[in-house]
Amino acid sequence: MADRPEIGQGIGPVPSSGDTTDAWFMREVLPLESALMQFLRRNWRNESDLADIRQEVYARVYESARKQLPDFPKSFLLTTARHLLINRVRRERIVPIEAIGDLEMLGVPSDEASPDRTVMAREELRRLQAALDRLPQRCREAIVLRQVEGLSQREIAQRMGIAEKTVERHLSLGVRALADMLTLADTLYGEEKS
Amino acid sequence: MSAASEMRHDEIEVRAADWLVARRVRDDWDEEKQSALDAWLEQSPLHRVTYLRLEGAWSRTHRLRAIHQPEPIEKPAKAAYPRLRNMLAGFAVAAIGLAGLGAYLSLPREQTYATALGQHRAVTLADGSHVELNTNTLLRVNAARKIAWLDHGEAFFEVHHDASHPFVVMAGDKRITDVGTKFIARRDGDRFEADVVEGRVQFEGGIAHKPALLRQGDSVVADANSVTMPKKTAIDLARELGWRHGVLIFDATPLGDAAAEFNRYNADKIIIADDTTARLSLGGTFRTNDGEAFVRLAQQVLGLRIQHYPNETVISR
Repeated sequence: MADRPEIGQGIGPVPSSGDTTDAWFMREVLPLESALMQFLRRNWRNESDLADIRQEVYARVYESARKQLPDFPKSFLLTTARHLLINRVRRERIVPIEAIGDLEMLGVPSDEASPDRTVMAREELRRLQAALDRLPQRCREAIVLRQVEGLSQREIAQRMGIAEKTVERHLSLGVRALADMLTLADTLYGEEKS
Repeated sequence: MSAASEMRHDEIEVRAADWLVARRVRDDWDEEKQSALDAWLEQSPLHRVTYLRLEGAWSRTHRLRAIHQPEPIEKPAKAAYPRLRNMLAGFAVAAIGLAGLGAYLSLPREQTYATALGQHRAVTLADGSHVELNTNTLLRVNAARKIAWLDHGEAFFEVHHDASHPFVVMAGDKRITDVGTKFIARRDGDRFEADVVEGRVQFEGGIAHKPALLRQGDSVVADANSVTMPKKTAIDLARELGWRHGVLIFDATPLGDAAAEFNRYNADKIIIADDTTARLSLGGTFRTNDGEAFVRLAQQVLGLRIQHYPNETVISR
């Protein structure tokens, strides 16, 4: 039972531990976040639910991948999202019927020919820059000092003239904002696919 | 299906971010805190995916460091290393030929498993243990005695646990005794490394004067003169196991190390011309056989010079 994913094979590889699922999730699923958010936004009117829904989709995908890695992560992710939305609609009965129709009809894009991620390295730097630009100033400062300059917590505290504990607060807030801003930047600069 | 109703995403995310930052910046991070984090991650898949998502964003920013020159004091020179690896790789290919012959002649019950450059092979042993061999590896197994000799290379072990007959992996004068577990063992000549992915193992040998018990996330790195025991997170381990899926995962990895990794898998070698270049760092996920993508990235992101020769690509400033 080799774990090597083989293209064109019907049965997906079986992960043998949570650790390999983590790597798979970070490599294959997280980069699809902008596609997932666009899908959710189109099909769910209440913006304030989106983050919760997104995380629930992730959790389901993760749990399922723990048993069996799907061959086509993008299709699997969006199909999971679609099922979850349909269930919510049925449970909460707050969305007009036509929204369901739209969901049922929606074709899920396939995974074929994913672009070579490494080719887009320059593009990636542009997105990172755009995301960082959108962070609160102190958070950005702390993240850049840590991640780009490679300073220690103490050095950052000295450089910014704040307590070490406060450095953690800025970083913690910063990384949360960064995750959202990266998805936004991916959407803004992304190829107009899904 | 109401997992989300227990706790709003916001609250989980605040916790996850605090964990991540503590894990990444605190000097006093220790085993106890790590197990508390592991426990929290295990509590709910929502915790885990939230943490992974932030981890993903956090490590993406590492790429900005690629365009940033590191301070020259950081690490000892490493440029000669890929060349040495070349020679070792050539030697190892010859050794596999001999070992294949040796397997016919050796005593019954001792089975030899080998992989050539770039190969990946999974085997299930007679006792139900599962072993995966990475590139350029030679492993001999006596299933009846439950001993394996790692002559060179790297393997992932998922050991069928039997308290009365523990599984032993020998690598030169180093020895890992399984106490029910999954672990990675890697040997390059004198250098030996083991990482515990799950469960516990006991390490003995090298210059260590007493056996050490390693748990999940513990590693041991031993050579002729030293034994160290660095900690690894689940995510570090997942990166190191990328080869099981045919990929190399780098995160702010010095070019010298990354090139050495590619050269483990491919006959066409990547050579880093000088130490300064070897210290520049890069992140990304690559197929083990796609050194070309890595070279392109070095060219585009770091603005390095690429020269192609037969069987060799040289990266320089």
